[in-house]
Amino acid sequence: MSKHTLSVLVENTPGILARIAALFSRRGFNIDSLAVGVTEHPDISRITIVVGVEDLPLEQVTKQLNKLVNVLKIVELEPSQAVQRELVLVKVRADNETRSQIVEIVQLFRAKTVDVSPEAVTIEATGSGEKLSAMLKMLEPFGIKELVQSGTIAIGRGARSITDRSLRALDRSA
Amino acid sequence: MPMTEQATGAHHPQPRPRSGGHSAPEQVTGAQSLIRSLEEVGADTVFGIPGGAILPAYDPLMDSTRVRHVLVRHEQGAGHAATGYAQATGKVGVCMATSGPGATNLVTPIADAHMDSVPLVAITGQVASKAIGTDAFQEADIVGITMPITKHNFLVTKAEDIPRIIAQAFHIASTGRPGPVLVDIAKDALQAKTTFSWPPAMDLPGYRPVTKPHAKQIREAAKLITQARRPVLYVGGGVLKARATAELKVLAELTGAPVTTTLMALGAFPDNHPQHLGMPGMHGSVAAVTALQKADLIVALGARFDDRVTGKLDSFAPLAKIVHADIDPAEIGKNRAADVPIVGDAREVIADLIQAVQKEHGEGHQGDYGMWWNDLNRWRETYPLGYDQPHDGSLSPQQVIERIGRLAPEGTIFAAGVGQHQMWAAHFIEYDKPGTWLNSGGAGTMGYAVPAAMGAKAGAPERAVWAIDGDGCFQMTNQELTTCALNNIPIKVAVINNGALGMVRQWQTLFYNQRYSNTVLHSGPDDVNPQARGTRVPDFVKLSEAMGCYAIRCESPDDLDKVIEEANSINDRPVVVDFIVHEDAMVWPMVAAGTSNDEIMAARDVRPDFGDNEDD
Repeated sequence: MSKHTLSVLVENTPGILARIAALFSRRGFNIDSLAVGVTEHPDISRITIVVGVEDLPLEQVTKQLNKLVNVLKIVELEPSQAVQRELVLVKVRADNETRSQIVEIVQLFRAKTVDVSPEAVTIEATGSGEKLSAMLKMLEPFGIKELVQSGTIAIGRGARSITDRSLRALDRSA
Repeated sequence: MPMTEQATGAHHPQPRPRSGGHSAPEQVTGAQSLIRSLEEVGADTVFGIPGGAILPAYDPLMDSTRVRHVLVRHEQGAGHAATGYAQATGKVGVCMATSGPGATNLVTPIADAHMDSVPLVAITGQVASKAIGTDAFQEADIVGITMPITKHNFLVTKAEDIPRIIAQAFHIASTGRPGPVLVDIAKDALQAKTTFSWPPAMDLPGYRPVTKPHAKQIREAAKLITQARRPVLYVGGGVLKARATAELKVLAELTGAPVTTTLMALGAFPDNHPQHLGMPGMHGSVAAVTALQKADLIVALGARFDDRVTGKLDSFAPLAKIVHADIDPAEIGKNRAADVPIVGDAREVIADLIQAVQKEHGEGHQGDYGMWWNDLNRWRETYPLGYDQPHDGSLSPQQVIERIGRLAPEGTIFAAGVGQHQMWAAHFIEYDKPGTWLNSGGAGTMGYAVPAAMGAKAGAPERAVWAIDGDGCFQMTNQELTTCALNNIPIKVAVINNGALGMVRQWQTLFYNQRYSNTVLHSGPDDVNPQARGTRVPDFVKLSEAMGCYAIRCESPDDLDKVIEEANSINDRPVVVDFIVHEDAMVWPMVAAGTSNDEIMAARDVRPDFGDNEDD
């Protein structure tokens, strides 16, 4: 199964997340990760969905999503043509002996230490999924006390924007 | 964006505002705004039941001279009636219910309309907006509940949004691939003061159905049609919805290709046309099923390769290239990959195909289907639809249905329930015109027939409407006969009474060693309970009479025509005929569930000889 990143522009209306989540569960599609937030236009939200499906079911996912009345546009972002980022906050066990080693790893991955206490260090890191899992692998031996991860967000490379045309459609209808 | 500027299919049933021009703002309540909106959008009939949350809407409804409200006996009846109305008239059907149980009783007909792409608007009352989420009295999250079974739905909490959302609901329901739309309106929005003006500006930036097919794909399809040796036009309900039956006839006769119409498309192509092979699928004709299996090209028009048509999918039509035209892009490639996908309204697709095929013909490319027709005619002649008469002199259900079809006046609408009688009504009544056959195809909703017939008759009072129902189905929704009797909706109902859940019984006969678990509906002579033995419970004649109908019982083939003619002659009230039929009659042909269409049985233990060795 291959992973695909879909950027879905939706009208910022109540219930839209439920519609999308319900569609995925009803049609038996698996969501790997999901991230939602408003865009530069306050009436449009952008949902980044990572799905693990083959090409043909992916076409079904896209077509079914497109049928939702509040969905404005769907773009699949190819990993080579897009910047993809996740955010992770991780609380690692640390004492006087291990703290400097942990900080070294943090620097190696260009992450940040955002909280320190006598028994633990909390680290903030952004990056691709691969980079973050490499970092977590390095931190694991020290003891991960707590971990929280955001869904992937992604944006296409270059000057073109996927929101342009959708914004125009929205302005016309307003 | 004003309503008229939406770029959508021009051929779809569009609710037409009756007042024509723009109306100046009026001071109204939300409830008045709702009724005014329904009037403006052209809803002439609403089926429903009032209750607490929707109560404000029923007050102005009482004064409306343009919207007729039919008070049903169960909300499920309202939903199916709206569906029957929509299928018979091509207009949007409207049903109304209160919050909580009123709304949840609409779930089955909404799901049914969703599966069969019926334009339906369901309006439900909701508890006051401040009480939403508090488990208030008669509160149900009907927007959440109906999310997967509606084309779209709305929760309205502000009175000023009512006209816009009603306009949008009707627009969404009736354009593109039609479907049900639910509008849930909080009670305080109905009670609040607002202004009403029409038409409202619609706001649907994410809704843009594609109706115009791609010219290149059309040319590609026309080429395949003229190159094919064994083509089949596989016609689905989309052709009826797009009102493309005239175009279909032209295309069929132009190409000379055989036509099969699905259960949802009966009437789209005249049954008596020499190019019509009958219905495909699990209970399709041998000729239609076999034609698809042996075809080298299937041209699917507004059909969706449903499992009841394809049988076991990976052995369906193994030799065929597929041209798949549908207005819903998600249907294309969903079950069967398409060689030529065409997204568009069936009427535009077929009209364009006609031109493209004519062009091919003009260039000297004409399909030669002579050999194909030899095969098709042989299958058709060897395995026609038929049935045996019972030896004990009892009524054959197939004959009852066949005679009803023959004796029915011109233009009669038939509405079937779900089960054996539905399949027999599909087989043995001849459908020549669109909108004459209503049934629950996708969802298979038992109890559909009586309320759907009621809705059809309310929408087309000048036409005769026969419900062909089973005794199982009839006991689910017959309460709407009261509605018919009291509202001058004189439908006719044939109860094909075999005392059993016949289709399930047929499966038990064939696949469960004749162990008839829970399929006996009334007590026959062998009942274990001596008191019940040989009784007729319920007595459908008495039951129907109690509901204000004229009721007759028919038990003998000798009385059959006389009884049907009597039923046809009574038009001042609903008529119910209790046809006591043989319980062992079965629906043939049949492809057993989960098997390949190659395994079709023409009758019990009769597997057709397809001439497999000579064809491929």
